[in-house]
Amino acid sequence: MIIKGRVHKFSDNINTDDIISAKYLVSTDAKELGKHCMEAISPDFTSKVKAGDIIVAGENFGCGSSREHAPLAIKGCGVSAVLAKSFAAIFYRNAINIGLPFLELEATDKINEGDEAEIDLSTGLIKNITQGREYKTEPFPQFLQDIVAEGGLMNYVKKSKK
Amino acid sequence: MQYTIAEKILLAHTCLLAGRPAKKDIKPGEFIEAKVDVALGNDITAPIAISEFKKAGFTKVFDKNKVVLVPDHFAPAKDLKSANQCKVLADFAKEQKIRNYFEVGCMGIEHALLPEKGLVLPGQLVIGADSHTCTYGALGCYSTGIGSTDLARAYADGKIWLKVPHTVKFIYKGKLSKWVGGKDLILFTIGQIGVDGALYKVMEFSGPVIRNLPMDDRFAMSNMAIEAGGRAGIIEPDAITRKFVSQFKKKGKFYQSDPDAKYEKIYEWDVSKLEPQVACPHLPSNVKPAKELSDVKIDQVVIGSCTNGRISDLRIAAKILKGKKVAQGLKLIIFPATQKIYLQAVKEGLVEIFVKAGGIFSTPTCGPCLGGHMGILAEGETALATTNRNFIGRMGSPKSFVYLSSPAVAAFSAITGRITNPK
Repeated sequence: MIIKGRVHKFSDNINTDDIISAKYLVSTDAKELGKHCMEAISPDFTSKVKAGDIIVAGENFGCGSSREHAPLAIKGCGVSAVLAKSFAAIFYRNAINIGLPFLELEATDKINEGDEAEIDLSTGLIKNITQGREYKTEPFPQFLQDIVAEGGLMNYVKKSKK
Repeated sequence: MQYTIAEKILLAHTCLLAGRPAKKDIKPGEFIEAKVDVALGNDITAPIAISEFKKAGFTKVFDKNKVVLVPDHFAPAKDLKSANQCKVLADFAKEQKIRNYFEVGCMGIEHALLPEKGLVLPGQLVIGADSHTCTYGALGCYSTGIGSTDLARAYADGKIWLKVPHTVKFIYKGKLSKWVGGKDLILFTIGQIGVDGALYKVMEFSGPVIRNLPMDDRFAMSNMAIEAGGRAGIIEPDAITRKFVSQFKKKGKFYQSDPDAKYEKIYEWDVSKLEPQVACPHLPSNVKPAKELSDVKIDQVVIGSCTNGRISDLRIAAKILKGKKVAQGLKLIIFPATQKIYLQAVKEGLVEIFVKAGGIFSTPTCGPCLGGHMGILAEGETALATTNRNFIGRMGSPKSFVYLSSPAVAAFSAITGRITNPK
């Protein structure tokens, strides 16, 4: 699967309260949550973001709460993938389980706001089209690829129950 | 054997992974599927889990006695939307005949309620769709926060996928000074290693200081393991644990780390000179001694939460506030973590002390901690809270400020209106 879009940059330790404030947790609808994605730290983010865009961040992306509303809000506002140096553990599993594509990339500092990037999820190859650079990242471990291939955790479980 | 307590508990719970036989050994970094003893959800996370469970065509939970539902975040329902979310839990509990559903009146903050009811025990594998599920590690179980879809899956087949984490050991030596407790130890630890200092690791708290640490302080420490990125915050069960579980019919299984267990890293600190600690805005790792913050003026003090809403926390606060008044214009909000703690505080006269001091005493709820209800901060306001997170906008306006401390620092500061080092 190839993803192509404009980059929106964020710093280290972007937490789940940054991604979606608790006051919006009275909804479970991705589109509704998406309207408030990153509101507290980047009020104009949702007006700038276009379908297919990519979030690029630093260390420990998604730290804090277990709220699955966080990856849902990111998906809901149209973001197609997240690249970060590292991900917090619960966010990592939530993103896998709901099918929000993401990759770990050490060199996120070299990518700029507004760059156009292309991600090949099956090979882990990331192209910065604006800068003409390429990065190779680790593809997912096989077990997680199996979950993703089944279209998320619930489908995986349904199949293995049969 | 060269296993840590976390590895032993995970090994004991492993089950078939994609058709392969149950495991005889375990090592960090590998993926396992494991059977869970408890699957917890709340009014924020369980509605998504229930909807995913049903959407996938499942009709019956794997074991109605292992599912726990606690409406606590926006309960008692703060508005219509949260009332509807709480009702999803009530309806599901009724439909699935789930005994361990705790309605307003017998409800409490989940991470204080479950240990109090004996629903989480040493040696268990506990999952909860709430990041502070790591709290129960204080009892010597493997307890970890997961997401709603994970919970939906556990409802279906009682299993969870896990990547076995490495363990980092923290050894605390010396003797704690007066007014220094579990909250100060964990704030100090997060300050030392950072909010990603234990990213995807198990934190194992040990050493002579931990062996003498009361259960409530242990819960406060394990509770905040997630604030350093930890998957779990485990304390090997001992005599204090044994005494705690002696009140329940089931006592759980006591595991210990092997003497030759492999740790990714070992930190060792003498904490005899440790002073009361405070985490400054906007990260739990931004930690300073309270005495360096005496020029910070505060508008609100919040004492409670899954970190510090237990009876010993309220007793400390009451001891300090007895016969005193809160600073002019300061809002003091105290919320006990469970109904049992609430009643105990009434019986012991603690509530009278709080009210006479000019504070309010709330029903159990997570409300103020996550900026849900019961004490939202306005733009420009500063709070000192015994809660666990001080991210931007955590307790209200993105332009408010949250400091984190122990109940002792919070109570002294409520009187002076500034962050105050206990004396």
